Amino acid sequence: MDFSETLQSALEALTLNKLRTTLATLGVVIGIGAVIALVSLGQSGQKAVEAQIKSLGSNLLTVIPGALRPGDIRSAAGTSTTLKLADAKAILADKSISGIKNVSAEILRRSQVVAGRNNTNTQVLGVLSSYQEVRNLQMQSGRFITETDINSLAKVAVLGPQAASDLFGDVNPVGQTIRINKLSFRIVGVTVAKGASGFQNQDDIIFIPLTTAQKQLFGVDFIGTISIQLEKQELSDQVRNQVGFLLLARHRISDPQNADFTIFSQADVLGAAAQVTGIFTTLLSGIAAISLLVGGIGIMNIMFVTVTERTREIGLRKALGAKKKWIIIQFLTESALLTIVGGILGILLGTVLSFVVSKIINLPFTVSMISIILAVGVSGGIGIIFGWYPAQKAANLSPIEALRYE
Amino acid sequence: MIHTSHLSKIYKNDAVETIALSDASFEIKKGEFVAIMGPSGSGKSTLMHIIGALDTPTSGTYALDGEEVGKLSEDELADIRNRKIGFVFQSYNLLPRTTALKNIMLPMVYAGLPKEERIKRASDLLEMVGLSDRRSHTSSQLSGGQQQRVAIARSLANNPSIILADEPTGNLATVQGEEIMAIFQNLNKKGHTIIMITHEPYIAQYAKRIIYLKDGKLVKDESNHRQKKVRF
Repeated sequence: MDFSETLQSALEALTLNKLRTTLATLGVVIGIGAVIALVSLGQSGQKAVEAQIKSLGSNLLTVIPGALRPGDIRSAAGTSTTLKLADAKAILADKSISGIKNVSAEILRRSQVVAGRNNTNTQVLGVLSSYQEVRNLQMQSGRFITETDINSLAKVAVLGPQAASDLFGDVNPVGQTIRINKLSFRIVGVTVAKGASGFQNQDDIIFIPLTTAQKQLFGVDFIGTISIQLEKQELSDQVRNQVGFLLLARHRISDPQNADFTIFSQADVLGAAAQVTGIFTTLLSGIAAISLLVGGIGIMNIMFVTVTERTREIGLRKALGAKKKWIIIQFLTESALLTIVGGILGILLGTVLSFVVSKIINLPFTVSMISIILAVGVSGGIGIIFGWYPAQKAANLSPIEALRYE
Repeated sequence: MIHTSHLSKIYKNDAVETIALSDASFEIKKGEFVAIMGPSGSGKSTLMHIIGALDTPTSGTYALDGEEVGKLSEDELADIRNRKIGFVFQSYNLLPRTTALKNIMLPMVYAGLPKEERIKRASDLLEMVGLSDRRSHTSSQLSGGQQQRVAIARSLANNPSIILADEPTGNLATVQGEEIMAIFQNLNKKGHTIIMITHEPYIAQYAKRIIYLKDGKLVKDESNHRQKKVRF
């Protein structure tokens, strides 16, 4: 009996009870479909997060005040006063540190902002002109903060698209005036939307010159962040060390353990985010795998029923000279066929599902090739593993007993 | 062809021992038509299982074509059943929802015959039992007598040494039973060895030799000089 005949006879046996075959297959379809959909959605989510973090500006080192040591209590962001604009300038000016492309310094506060009859509570970010390049910002209209604005403490503002629509609706805000804490600012530009990232909405924001923010708006002399743009990502560790030692020296701290600032790279943020989404993907896939296991047990159950029902047939086949091997092959082919067909349908279901969901929650649509290959392998494997015991049971039936079975 | 000596079969069930067959010795030569008779519980089914290589004796020896069957493994027994024995059962035992032709081809499948040869041989056998026009009918579309004729064709699939029939007419009306006996006598005339188990004396009369069993013992073994003949 060659393979195509075995397959044909398995098909014939399975089509005899269509409803039962369909129900048994359904377990595998749902299991495989769930695994594919969840793994694909997990990967889409991971890609989306990565893309968003990258849009913050690639090759970026960020210096924030305060220590980030495990076990320590860290004061709330923005309350540490240890970083100064002079630190940022010193980093850019230090010729011994190679690989730095640009440096930007920022200070962030939430403020009430009024424009005519509209008002909103949003983030006000004092920036240097270098911020645009460092953070990879595109202008939708107008211009960004310039060097001249910084030097002259100009009261000008650039709006993020969300802030712009909150305050002005459909009207072009360039040339209009807003009031932040009773100070008037002239709007000179609007940025292009970048989307919300995990920890900061980059669209609901207002940019003003750093000097204006420090001296006229907030009345402080410190800054909140220094962003360092690198020439190459590979330089990240080297520059991080050099900047670290420079700041330690400037702050007169001898023990790096006591540093009053923290430097982290995009890779750190990316890694942390990837870890979180990875955990979610693994968890969800685990749940999906359980449903696949349940589907496999369903197949086993059906195969047992089939063996019992066909006891006489098995007895007859053995009496007519079927060796154990043939009986095992016959039943394994049936169960493997069930699960492979279920697997293929499951792949379709999973793909459609992840397509629909990614459209609904606005994620990039990806189908993980690995999960498809895995699913086909796993579904075939399930058929053989869960079909093995029933097939053994069938092959070990005594022909005399089986022929007598009513 | 068949040589048994001191065949015994004892079934052990918990502490109870049941002697189904004790000390049966006989010989069956090529071309014989033997009926094995006896009331129920006489051991004729057990004897048939042993002769049919479906079971092995507890003690004694059974040689088929000079090959000692009693000591073979399960797969080797399957091979003997496939090549040397053609079974005809009381309840036909055709595969349900399967065509007559495919049913006849089944033993050839296990013998590993190529498909074209199987189809040709199965067609010839169907013609021999007079059912050429029923080749694509499934078992349930055939009458009892027709099903039994398909079963006989199937028993001849691999050209076996013996045809072993277990109450072949038990489920059939007298007329159909006679048709089956006619086929057996015809096959016997062509040189096939036939062993038939029955408890009906008038069916046993179609055989050339009758072996009587009682309480697991062989009580009588005689030639049937008044063999009933069926007109063809």
